[in-house]
Amino acid sequence: MRKPITVKVNGKPIVVPFGSTVAVAVMMAESACRNSVTGERRGPLCGMGVCFECRLTIGDDSYCRSCQILCQPEMEVRTDG
Amino acid sequence: MGKEMRKHFDVLTIGGGPAGLAASVRAAECGLRVGIVDDNPSLGGQIWRGEVEDCTSEAASLLGRLTALGVEILCGTRVFDVAPGVIWAEASDAPCELGYKNLVIATGARERFLPFPGWTLPNVMGAGGLQALVKSGLPIAGKRVVVAGSGPLLLAVAAYLRKHGAELPILCEQASWSRLAQFGLALLSQPQKIAQGLSLKGELAGVPFAANSWPIAAKGQDVLQQVVISRNARLETLACDYLACGFHLVPNVELAALIGCRLRNGHVETDEFQQTSVPDVYCAGEPTGIGGLELSRVEGEIAGFTAGGNRDAASKLFATRRRFRKFAGALDRTFRLRPELRSLPLAETIVCRCEDVTYARLRQQRSWRAAKLQTRCGMGPCQGRVCGPATQFLFGWISDSVRPPIFPTRLSSLAAMSCDRQSEHSEVTGGD
Repeated sequence: MRKPITVKVNGKPIVVPFGSTVAVAVMMAESACRNSVTGERRGPLCGMGVCFECRLTIGDDSYCRSCQILCQPEMEVRTDG
Repeated sequence: MGKEMRKHFDVLTIGGGPAGLAASVRAAECGLRVGIVDDNPSLGGQIWRGEVEDCTSEAASLLGRLTALGVEILCGTRVFDVAPGVIWAEASDAPCELGYKNLVIATGARERFLPFPGWTLPNVMGAGGLQALVKSGLPIAGKRVVVAGSGPLLLAVAAYLRKHGAELPILCEQASWSRLAQFGLALLSQPQKIAQGLSLKGELAGVPFAANSWPIAAKGQDVLQQVVISRNARLETLACDYLACGFHLVPNVELAALIGCRLRNGHVETDEFQQTSVPDVYCAGEPTGIGGLELSRVEGEIAGFTAGGNRDAASKLFATRRRFRKFAGALDRTFRLRPELRSLPLAETIVCRCEDVTYARLRQQRSWRAAKLQTRCGMGPCQGRVCGPATQFLFGWISDSVRPPIFPTRLSSLAAMSCDRQSEHSEVTGGD
């Protein structure tokens, strides 16, 4: 078993099991990933990269589908997009 | 951004689930250069997600064969456009141009989502969606999960969640008891399906199963807190942490449609060798009709053998495929959606989640195309993959075209592709 990984979600450190996706880290922190066009908070829906509801910002990259990306140490994730 | 990558394969498979893995292994056994592409970070598809690490699993043994045969694995790679004999895809660092002599489309299926009040709240997810997240590390022990919708996936998800410590107050299936009983009879011709069902039954002990039942509304302040269900025509409110809700599956046919493969009733049409209407393009698994793991795998094997030039071996599998197709037929009949589900959305319920288009605005439209033009329904990043099947059920709309890029794509990738096409063109025309 590899060691857990710590990432930051909106500046807050979250510890996730090795191999977790970014969507998992966000759900452990606060459930929502983005704001919809009318300002609703939204979280993951399909879990398989189809619906784009879990998109968020990782470092300088916006529009990342968090369910398809594995957590890496020191990742900075933001859900205010 | 890295430089674009070019590769060429005798057989290229798109999709790393059971069909795609089986096709790639069989084609590679014929001695060909084979590549397999998947959008996810690892192979296995949805059904085998996270199982490739378990070395006793069937997924791991297929993957072992794949590696031993030297099949090139391209994970985290998303197809966005095609040209004759070429697939354009985007990896995390660079676009790639993948040439092929034979193509196997094994793009699987996604869940069908239906809109109801509150379905956009965080923690309302697909049934397969929640399972995928738990398989990807989400802790579920001690959480209360209502599982609802339709199809055999609900049972598998419920058993999985319970095994991992979730509390399941109810499993709601919209199909009626009489339909389910007929399905049970159809299963009698499928010994392995009965075994699967019985093993699930043990794992599901203590979870109330309600037929004729479905979610009416999800409630909560910014996040899900309660679900209202219609259980045998009586309303019940249940507190929960998650609602895992999907209404059976819809095939992913976008890539096949873009290549020009003929579709029928929303499925990719193939001949007995899994060949589509486009020469050298094969299709296997759920895009040819929702039929489950065993059918997907045998279709993949047939496609792989044929693409590899071994039609004799392919034709020996026809009888097996015929048996599993009976199960596919039973699935269709049993889990057909009941018309009452069309009245779930209220006027203000959002139907298109990308563009926040409400039911009230959509019901004034005449067609999918009109809805797109007038309301932007289906024009967000999911490109109608969620609201398309929903509006097809709600209004009978058929989405009439697929256009590239079939997934949102970085401009740099599109630019790399268009440069490439121009240079090819100039070679042909002499560069004027």
